Amino acid sequence: MSAATDAPPATAPANPIGQSLRDSLVIARRNLIRMTRIPEMVLFGIIQPVMFVILFTYVFGGSIKVGSTTDSDVYKDFLMAGIFAQTVTFATAGSAAGIADDMQKGLVDRFRSLPMARGAVLTGRTVADLVQTSITLLVLAIVALLVGWRTGSAEPTNIGRVLAGFGLLLLLGYAFTWIGALIGLSVRTPEAATSGGIIWLFPVTFVSNAFVDPTQMTPWLRHVAEWNPFSAVVQACRELFGNPGVVQSDAWPMQHPVWATLTYSIVIVLIFRTLAVRKYRRAAG
Amino acid sequence: MPGAIYAEGLVKTFGDVRALDGVDLDVPEGTVLGLLGPNGAGKTTAVRCLTTLLRPDSGKAVVAGIDVLRQPNEVRRSIGLSGQFAAVDEYLTGRENLQMVGQLYQMKSRAAKARAGELLDQFHLSDAGDRPTKTYSGGMRRRLDLAAALVVSPPVMFMDEPTTGLDPRNRQELWEVIKQLVAGGTTLLLTTQYLEEADHLAHDIAVVDHGRVIARGTSDQLKARTGGERVEVVVHERDHIGTASEVLAGFGKGPTTVEEHTRKLTVPVTGGAKLLAEVIRELDTRGIEIDDIGLRRPTLDDVFLSLTGHVAEAEGESNGPAGDAGHEQQKETAK
Repeated sequence: MSAATDAPPATAPANPIGQSLRDSLVIARRNLIRMTRIPEMVLFGIIQPVMFVILFTYVFGGSIKVGSTTDSDVYKDFLMAGIFAQTVTFATAGSAAGIADDMQKGLVDRFRSLPMARGAVLTGRTVADLVQTSITLLVLAIVALLVGWRTGSAEPTNIGRVLAGFGLLLLLGYAFTWIGALIGLSVRTPEAATSGGIIWLFPVTFVSNAFVDPTQMTPWLRHVAEWNPFSAVVQACRELFGNPGVVQSDAWPMQHPVWATLTYSIVIVLIFRTLAVRKYRRAAG
Repeated sequence: MPGAIYAEGLVKTFGDVRALDGVDLDVPEGTVLGLLGPNGAGKTTAVRCLTTLLRPDSGKAVVAGIDVLRQPNEVRRSIGLSGQFAAVDEYLTGRENLQMVGQLYQMKSRAAKARAGELLDQFHLSDAGDRPTKTYSGGMRRRLDLAAALVVSPPVMFMDEPTTGLDPRNRQELWEVIKQLVAGGTTLLLTTQYLEEADHLAHDIAVVDHGRVIARGTSDQLKARTGGERVEVVVHERDHIGTASEVLAGFGKGPTTVEEHTRKLTVPVTGGAKLLAEVIRELDTRGIEIDDIGLRRPTLDDVFLSLTGHVAEAEGESNGPAGDAGHEQQKETAK
């Protein structure tokens, strides 16, 4: 080996925003390469929601009342927005586990010793997770169509509105991965991050309009459900997909679910990105 | 003028534990400082403070002429860090890992790619360059980790226990790489639990215990304080202790110590293996049957014993007891 003197020196970046974007893309690319090398993780991420779709459709379909009917076809159309929303939010666990794994393996130490943008490791991770969530959601939508889910079953809709619905799902899912990032930085092991990333999502996804009509809940629980960010995206999707089960309520997020989803998503990203990046800078590895 | 790595009164506490209790260091440009100490002595904490990973509670640190606390990002451009745990992505190939690190040092994508290829060649990893590093041996992974720290040829390098857990052959190989690097003018701070390693690589050694530097000097100076090499003999019969003691006195550079109950005699010597062979011949001529004989070099334990009066004790998490270095060296030399 000859002495390594021929390498170019590290240079100061021209502009910080450009550097931040570029570094984030380098990290996102790294996480996407990892994904192709561990395809079973992507596969399990797909199998779980597919199982939910099939189980809910065939086990509960026909026994749960939507509006004034227990017709299983109506239930299917009602159900899918909830399952889609649950799927995008469960990506949180993956982000948490991935970041905790990088901490444990010493990769975060490596990154923190490099002259790179401070938030890039986390941004790169959340962006890669968004790509994975998009793939999962696409497969899930196809399965949903196969078992009989149809857009425009209750109200007329169009392709633009349907795509907007999926866009909102991905946006809220992306916002939630920042909560996952903070969890991943706060626990000691990837195992703890997986459970820590998912347990709190059960109350969030069930105390909502996803699987039952909140107007049937006790009043205080009904308020929680109607103001739950998760309910907002479900409501927005049902409206945009033209599916049944749109909640009639005075609560602002239920009346303006699209605006509510946008607002919630931005607020969650602002809060949790700030907290996570601060935590990252001080991470003790 | 302070050296390429300079620290003054570094203090870092974790709860009740004072991991660093006022550490001063000064490493002149182009030299190697070995930070020697057991697990939990504060070596890693010192490296983490100097490499911007951890903010000390108080004290001053300057690396490559840049204030570590005031301009951490400028420091990061001038240093390479090779950690105790090989910090490479196990699912990326060697080439992808190096390219990623290059890009994060703000090299252009094409330049980073070319540099990755050069480093793979230099570290004899070209054949494995396109395999995920998960499939690498421990030695290969350490070499890749080191290569990652060298992507921009930083003027100052930090290596935290670079050979811990490696087998002797891989350790030798890595030592060669490090020596060549230093010959190229890099300033290096290296932590180790092995006196032998510090001996091979470092110009100066600082012995650390309980977050303080308790001794510093060259390897020879430290060894002189510890008493250098010794021959240890265990005779088969207690009656032979007297005769054996006479024989050893003829070779020794100091008084022979005798442990009656274990029939063990120890004498300080100079002259290494050649002398050992002579001792064996002489004992044989005198008809003294021996159970065991060996050349014992001073170990971390010996250094600690002579400096502090207690053996190096491992604290906190341990990935191999601090005494390991000693045991291994004994095994290697006691044949």
